[in-house]
Amino acid sequence: MAVAEKTPDVAAAPAATRRRRSFRPRYPAWLLAPSLLYYVVFFLGPMAILVAFSLATQQGFGSLRYGFDTSQYRQIGTSLYLTIFERTLLMAALGTLLTIAVGYPVAYWMARYLSTYKMLALLLIVVPFWTSFLIRTYALKIILDPHGYLARDLGINILYTKYAVAVGLVYNYLPLFILPVFASLERMDWTLIEAATDLGARPFTAFREITLRLTLPGVVTGALLVFIPMTGEYIIPNILGGGNYEFVGNLIGDQFNQAQNQPFGSALSIGLMAALSVFVIAYILVATKEERFGA
Amino acid sequence: MRKRRLTAKHAFTAWAAVVYAFLFLPILVMAVFAFNKPSPAALAGFHGSNICGIPPAQIGNITVWNGFTACWFSAGLHDPTYIPAIVTSLQIAAVAAIISTVLGLCAALALARMKPRLRAPFDALVYLTLVVPEIVIAVASLIFFVQARNYFHAFPSLGKVTILIGQVVFNASVSMLIIRARFVGMGDVLEEAAYDLGSGPLATFRQVTLPRLMPAIVAAALLSFTFSFDDYVVPAFTNGTTNTWPIVLYSAVRFGLTPAVNALATIMLGITLAAVIGTGVVLRRSRVRVGPQDATVLPV
Repeated sequence: MAVAEKTPDVAAAPAATRRRRSFRPRYPAWLLAPSLLYYVVFFLGPMAILVAFSLATQQGFGSLRYGFDTSQYRQIGTSLYLTIFERTLLMAALGTLLTIAVGYPVAYWMARYLSTYKMLALLLIVVPFWTSFLIRTYALKIILDPHGYLARDLGINILYTKYAVAVGLVYNYLPLFILPVFASLERMDWTLIEAATDLGARPFTAFREITLRLTLPGVVTGALLVFIPMTGEYIIPNILGGGNYEFVGNLIGDQFNQAQNQPFGSALSIGLMAALSVFVIAYILVATKEERFGA
Repeated sequence: MRKRRLTAKHAFTAWAAVVYAFLFLPILVMAVFAFNKPSPAALAGFHGSNICGIPPAQIGNITVWNGFTACWFSAGLHDPTYIPAIVTSLQIAAVAAIISTVLGLCAALALARMKPRLRAPFDALVYLTLVVPEIVIAVASLIFFVQARNYFHAFPSLGKVTILIGQVVFNASVSMLIIRARFVGMGDVLEEAAYDLGSGPLATFRQVTLPRLMPAIVAAALLSFTFSFDDYVVPAFTNGTTNTWPIVLYSAVRFGLTPAVNALATIMLGITLAAVIGTGVVLRRSRVRVGPQDATVLPV
């Protein structure tokens, strides 16, 4: 990106570059101070306390002693909690794959086949966001209710199961995936496809070899964009899973609401972030590799 | 050749129609069920004059259609818990939007033309605030606020202010990314021209940079407002005894709600849609173009 910014400058007026640079408008670095201060105090501060709490020892109800007690982390290693971690990551992965399967064709349709109504179609993707997340999830519950018209007539009886949770995940995160993928499809040069088919490629081959490859970075970004909040999901498993299908997020919430076992809740939070960081680091490695080889 | 392409197009259009139906079905259900009557069994045991005055505990099953009534709209607008909660949420969202946008704007201006070596650590911090799951930010903020209050008595107790502080972390990052994308994208040619013509830094900023950044600034503020207004997780842990609209909704969904909730949500969606259509018309008249690039940095 940085390279792309500079090239036209240099190419247009190589002689003037030096003179121009001295006039280049710059904004003072101290403009960074307010947000830096804010992040250090209200983001890094809480994170530091979270780490300290996860290593503290619970003494009776609500009081604790700081120290270096790793027993909370060892407790996560017991099978009950590992099951919940495994379930959360699996469901988030499944939800992400379903979102890709449902959302990619829609983004493709908007970018490839629409012209006049393209922006309207995009707007309609965002409209559901303007209704409260909770109301939409509740409305899904009405739809999936086995006594309601739709589910009864279609013979769907999935409310309070993992299938209902999966439907809720896809429903709520679909727009978030479609937007970045649409953006990368919009940058596609469709004449490449014409060239490929003219040279005898079958449409699907052209899609696989050109469109899919060129939009892969957008798909990966979109997938990460939905995968991260899905792993931390709290509301959907509660409402659509009916407490039968808890995620790590619910477990963390319970430690702070009902159980009042804050050290364990803190350790669970750190555990969740550790699990997530594996995926984020993989993404960064893939993204930087692509940048280097100019994909 | 031509024929095959048409069938592919038809298949994609059909799929898109299914997905749009899926996206809008719950919203339609929400609006339709705002007109739902209490269950017949509940009405038989209720002797008030206004059937929408029935207590949520006695309302019976309202996830099935029991008949048409429009009284939930006035019941919702006069509700003693819902309306104050909506007002609280609006206040927090407005302040959160202003603070996030100002922090994001300042950071975006400073960062965009900074050396990558100096920029990288700050960027990492920003991405970290977006990658950490919201539930983790919420519980970490909770214990931080409680400790801060223990050690510094001037620190606000759990309530509107702490909700705000917790939400701004995420929203400031989102605002920064949106504004910076626009700032980098528009280049510095016009600013240079202003400098060449003798305009000072402040005048250049006010007359050249700021107006051109406006679409991104407005987009960032609107997004922060929306996120804050609709946020349940951070307020759920940092609210103390303050009720926000999502918190009231959540307990209503868990422990029994009336169609008054649907009615209020329908009214709010209607207002939002009217505002968006109105803005669209105004923007089209004044020919301000918001490029699709402003939509590409949509956040987590």
